[in-house]
Amino acid sequence: MIQKPTLKSSLKSLLYIAPMMLIVGTFNLYPIVRSFLMSFYADYNIFTGEVSSYGINNFIDIFKDPEFILAIRNTFIFVLGVVPASIAISLGIAILLNRVQVLSGFFRSIYFLPFVTSTVAISIVWGWIYHSRFGLLNYALGLLGFSPIEFLTDPSNSMLALIIMAIWKGLGFNIILFLVGLNNIDGNYYSAAKIDGAKGWQRFTNITLPLLGPTMFLVSVMGVINSFKVFDEVFALFQSRPGPAGSAMTVVYYIFQKFYQESQYGIAAAAGIVLFLIILVFTLVQMAFNKKFVHY
Amino acid sequence: MQVQFKDVTMSYGDKEVLEKINFTIPEGKLVSILGPSGCGKSTTLMLISGLTYPSNGQIYFGDKEVTKQDAVKRKVGMVFQNYALYPHLTILENIMFPLKMEKMPKNKRKERALELARLVQIEEQVDKKPKQLSGGQQQRVAIARALAKEPSILLMDEPLSNLDARLRIEMREEIRRIQQETGVTTVFVTHDQEEALSISDEVMVLNEGAIQQNSDPITLYHKPKNRFVAQFLGTPVINTIKVADHPELLNRLRLSEIMKPEVQSIGIRAENIKVTTIESEALLSGIVNHVSRVGKDTTVYIEVNGHSLVATNLGVIPEEGTMIHITADIEEIHLFNFNGKVIELEAVK
Repeated sequence: MIQKPTLKSSLKSLLYIAPMMLIVGTFNLYPIVRSFLMSFYADYNIFTGEVSSYGINNFIDIFKDPEFILAIRNTFIFVLGVVPASIAISLGIAILLNRVQVLSGFFRSIYFLPFVTSTVAISIVWGWIYHSRFGLLNYALGLLGFSPIEFLTDPSNSMLALIIMAIWKGLGFNIILFLVGLNNIDGNYYSAAKIDGAKGWQRFTNITLPLLGPTMFLVSVMGVINSFKVFDEVFALFQSRPGPAGSAMTVVYYIFQKFYQESQYGIAAAAGIVLFLIILVFTLVQMAFNKKFVHY
Repeated sequence: MQVQFKDVTMSYGDKEVLEKINFTIPEGKLVSILGPSGCGKSTTLMLISGLTYPSNGQIYFGDKEVTKQDAVKRKVGMVFQNYALYPHLTILENIMFPLKMEKMPKNKRKERALELARLVQIEEQVDKKPKQLSGGQQQRVAIARALAKEPSILLMDEPLSNLDARLRIEMREEIRRIQQETGVTTVFVTHDQEEALSISDEVMVLNEGAIQQNSDPITLYHKPKNRFVAQFLGTPVINTIKVADHPELLNRLRLSEIMKPEVQSIGIRAENIKVTTIESEALLSGIVNHVSRVGKDTTVYIEVNGHSLVATNLGVIPEEGTMIHITADIEEIHLFNFNGKVIELEAVK
């Protein structure tokens, strides 16, 4: 039913979406606008809420802060370390699971468990796995002849520990998405490719990968956005510190620290805006990439 | 290349789809596999392609056994029912795909693909994606792709079933033309008798996992080997009359006494029924129930003892409600025994 837009019908439809708009406006839009404004507070009285002057001082401050630079660097390392590896591993597991007929539901549930488990619980378990003296990982490395690695107490290893845990935690969700994507590929394409003389690996690169394009796009965009926002893993794995000697500081952790622990609201808001811009740019790049390579 | 099946049995679980099938498809011929749905005709095609393997028996290409070889190694060409064109590749890339798998150099690949695009008359569309083409065009692309690596055998799995009636006739002539131009041994699976009879050199009728008859289209229609083939081919369906319902039939047919007890029923095609004025010469007598005229065709429905017979070629069109006497030439009458097999008339004389 298509109506001509009149004033009356527009008002009526506005009334329908008013409750949702109220909630979204109060809890999403208003805070976004406020935090955007807050990032430009140059002089601010926290008790009266009076702003005496606006400026870009907050942005200058954070880019002069070596801790923020480290946070940006670590966040990029985290994204680059987690997203590609997570996609590759989960795609591999999804293909294997897709072939397994026996107990497939059981295996799928097992792989999905990490995703639904609380990050805090996971972090405690991984805290033990990583333990330099009693940890399972170091025990395994010891069997292979390596000397124990101080994952959680050596600043140079803290990002590695964080990345391994994050990959493991994110697998389940990606596997589910890839399984759906794989199931959506018509089996006839594989039959046709076999007839056309494509061997196993050729079928994977010429049929599976291109036809998984939309899934791949979804998984990578969500992975990038989620990884840029990493916080809880850091907080839980390093007992509410940003890693040994601040070595695992990430952007969101930086925002959290400035806002809640140091009460530097303007700085925190400015860091938030920078993170927003980074994610925006990355997503736009991915969308452009998607347009160019995933088209049918 | 010649394709030969030796005692091939195929079963899925407990269900036997094909039971000890034996046949030879001669080189360079277009052979149709015809049968109702679920008769095992697609399975036969899959077995030739190597996408599935038989439970028992051997398959030969020429004099080489290929039973255990998979589809990648058998190198046949195949046109799928829904064409299965790769949606992410252009038409040209689709046709080049089998050549790319053979690692043919790129410029040669392109040359060959364009040549094929010309053969199937699709060269204007080579830069489009499959979704932008109509059904008939997609089918041409599928044929070109199947022919790209110059297969010795071309398989087609109901390639015309997704097209509308007019396009179907056009494409079936196209398939015949392409087959004759390339001379490739072609196996064509269909459930449409008209399709099979019109383009094939030979037709193999399959039912319930067994070959009913394997011969050229004309023999198939005029000399069916059993009741299934007789009833499956031809529109309208052949008239079958049970002898038990009309005891006088056997005498009128002038069969020898030895033959008589073997005949269970007789079959007469609608176009072979003739009117006679002499009651004693007539095979049967009945009342004209209904006369229907569609275009140039006149179909007469005759009721004989509660059974309805159909005649399309009576010559004189009788009035509805009149009694007529009908007969047919002895060589046009098919005699079926109690197993549904045809009793050869030569043996009768």
